Amino acid sequence: MADLTCNIAGIDSINPFWLASAPPTDKYINVVRAFKAGWGGVVWKTLGEDPPVINVSSRYGAHYNDSRSIQGINNIELISDRPLEVNLREIEQVRREWPDRVIIGSMMATVDESAWKDLAIKIANSGVHGIELNLGCPHGMCERDMGSAIGQVPEMIEQTTRWVREAVDIPVFTKLTPNITDILWSAAAARAGGAHAVSLINTVNSVISVDLDAMAPTPVVDGKGSHGGYCGSAVKPIALHMVAEIARSAETQGIDISAIGGIGNWRDAAEFISLGANGLQVCTAAMLYGFRIVDDMIAGLSAFMDSKGYRTLDDFRGLAIKNTVNWNELNMNFDSKAVIDQDACIECGRCHIACEDTSHQAIAFKVARDGKRSFTVIDEDCVGCNLCALICPVPDCIEMRPVKNDLPYLTWPEHPKNPLGEI
Amino acid sequence: MTQHANKENNNIVSGHKCVSRFFEDLHKPLNDLAAIKEADHCLYCYDAPCSQACPTSIDIPTFIHQIRTGNITGAAHTILSENIMGGTCARVCPTEVLCEEACVHNKRDNGDDPVKIGLLQRYATDHLMLSNAPHPFTRATESGRHIAVIGAGPAGLSCAHRAAMLGHKVTIYEAKAKAGGLNEYGLAAYKMLDDFAAREVAFLLGIGGMDVQYGKRLGRDISLDKLRKDHDALFIGIGLGGTNDLGLEGEDMTGVVNAIDFIESIRQSDDPATLETGQNILVIGGGNTAIDAAVQAKKLGANSVTLAYRRGAEQMGATGYEIDLARKSGVVIQLWSKPVALHGGDTITSVTFEQTRLEGGKLVGTGEKYDIACDMLLKAIGQKLKEPDLADLAIKGGKLVISSQYETSISGIFAGGDCIGSGQDLTVQAVEDGKQAAIAMDGWLKTN
Repeated sequence: MADLTCNIAGIDSINPFWLASAPPTDKYINVVRAFKAGWGGVVWKTLGEDPPVINVSSRYGAHYNDSRSIQGINNIELISDRPLEVNLREIEQVRREWPDRVIIGSMMATVDESAWKDLAIKIANSGVHGIELNLGCPHGMCERDMGSAIGQVPEMIEQTTRWVREAVDIPVFTKLTPNITDILWSAAAARAGGAHAVSLINTVNSVISVDLDAMAPTPVVDGKGSHGGYCGSAVKPIALHMVAEIARSAETQGIDISAIGGIGNWRDAAEFISLGANGLQVCTAAMLYGFRIVDDMIAGLSAFMDSKGYRTLDDFRGLAIKNTVNWNELNMNFDSKAVIDQDACIECGRCHIACEDTSHQAIAFKVARDGKRSFTVIDEDCVGCNLCALICPVPDCIEMRPVKNDLPYLTWPEHPKNPLGEI
Repeated sequence: MTQHANKENNNIVSGHKCVSRFFEDLHKPLNDLAAIKEADHCLYCYDAPCSQACPTSIDIPTFIHQIRTGNITGAAHTILSENIMGGTCARVCPTEVLCEEACVHNKRDNGDDPVKIGLLQRYATDHLMLSNAPHPFTRATESGRHIAVIGAGPAGLSCAHRAAMLGHKVTIYEAKAKAGGLNEYGLAAYKMLDDFAAREVAFLLGIGGMDVQYGKRLGRDISLDKLRKDHDALFIGIGLGGTNDLGLEGEDMTGVVNAIDFIESIRQSDDPATLETGQNILVIGGGNTAIDAAVQAKKLGANSVTLAYRRGAEQMGATGYEIDLARKSGVVIQLWSKPVALHGGDTITSVTFEQTRLEGGKLVGTGEKYDIACDMLLKAIGQKLKEPDLADLAIKGGKLVISSQYETSISGIFAGGDCIGSGQDLTVQAVEDGKQAAIAMDGWLKTN
């Protein structure tokens, strides 16, 4: 069995699966249940200065697909609403009872040096392995100049990171918000401030749905709703991109990454690791199914690694980074055509209508005299866009087959038709 | 002849509650959750094979998509716009040989289950009909033309509804006391619970512009000549009023009954427990009427029900599903058995069968004979056109001859349903005939 231990920001963990700072890590009972289930660590729900915040009732909304499966959740919950001392005493207790598990203390404070430093020291004294700066909450706390109000200003990211680095001698994770124009500015600022690692992404600012009876955004709180933080599998593509950018860009590469965003199974985990993540944080998937999902995350990741011959996470960490490039570096001479396996085809016609209406009219539809429907690719018109293969309900029925054209690798800057290219 | 069990309860339950004591819904309707799950199973095929397999061409992928998006009323509208009796068809269509057989899921390697189109159609149409929504269709401007529809069965009602929708005034002449035809009188009770046929008729008449005159039988109370004088066009949807005989001595004995009449007595009974039926019932025939009669006889509590058919299972008119249903209900099926003699005095006591086989494609007796005892014999060997007052119309193969425009040999007289030879004798085909005939009549009226 593969070795799943990992090290992030100098912290050793029995596996890369941590629970993110959120309701599942709000108190002793949840965290102990998580550790019993097998999670390697938790980032305790964000702590603030006393008095604790007060939350509203009606806190989550969901984005469903047609079969009522949740694609994403949006929340308008604030940070921990329990007294700081209660949280710190519970952290101490769990640290004593579960010495091999990681606890990171998440925190936020107003933009004031002593506020950040005093709180960071109190949390560090509870015995946490590291501190994570919550610079991302896109609702509620930002209206009090915290959360994303800080995370959207690179200078403030750098400043608060530095304050915490100066205050404590344990690893510092700076958690980044995706609600910005360029994640590299945020990540570079965190690095400049001395962060040992960046955690990303925090939730995406969103209105998840509108209750058409109440005529208000959900979750509806007494007839009104507010924008909130979107998470779950729907945000994974956004997180993958931002992690990849940090991992491959000169100004940020090398900083440890605690990846967050729609991780629900071992495959998601492997994808983030392949793009350079050192560790992983999970929340929504656990909120949907409970902590037991970690079983298959561990077993599945291990089986994947065994099948590929990867002994440790480092063996495949970042392997996809070098293949993640700018569009301008893609090969313009690569060509592929859709090939439909006529034996596997169930004649639903989805490929035809998608291509006919919305793409390149490259799939011909014929009905034989005996009623058999056939769908065949018109090679001259197929641009290899993948749409038919993506929407086909039969796995592997449509293959995108590369065309052997013996042409050299040619990028757009080198392309003879590029009007801005060198002649 | 005896009356069946549970008679002591007669005075506590009445009407349709009594019927439901014997007959449960053949297919349990889908609840909201199951409907969404089933709708999600649909691939939303393009130019879908299921729609093409539907005689009424319902846009099935669209109505299922509408269920998926929560637009259930819209789904019902999609169904009913092509098939105003979508509620009945959802219950009685042999979907296993129509839309559901065509479902592309059947073509998967692992032979995935087809989408339960019939149940989804019932879900949508029930939703609309149980709501207080107004009738979903409106009539075009009054044309000033008046159409006579003879027969208030599926073909006649479908024709009348479409003609009314197109702006014509319609009078329906019905021989019986109720409208609905076989929906009301001739289909198994377990397919049409809760007085559905009558509810559907009321729904359909809701568009307005129609009136129904009951107790008007062609050839007795009305004549084609008179109707032609009083109306601008005629539609004949009289079904097949006659039944075939075995051609054996003794068919007049007590206990020898047409299966269709047996079913009618069940359907029209407020309490089937009071029906005089046999304890050992023999059904002869291989179509859906034979199955409907046999299964209902068993459900009513008969000791034994045997269905005898002169050919093999593959030649039976009933679908494989229906044959299985009969077997699972406890009906014994005797194949390759031809009745050759009926025995009894006043009442039938047994039937002698000769075994048969195919020789060069021809059915022949083997000479081997055996008897089956019975106290009731239900004949389900087909219905035929009764020809009261149809003398002037061309008839071929026992059915009215029509053009591609559903016009009979007399201009201005149209026909549809079981009385023409449009295909299988299915409710859904009759509805399609009625709809298309109304559209054709509308065109005809514009030039006549």
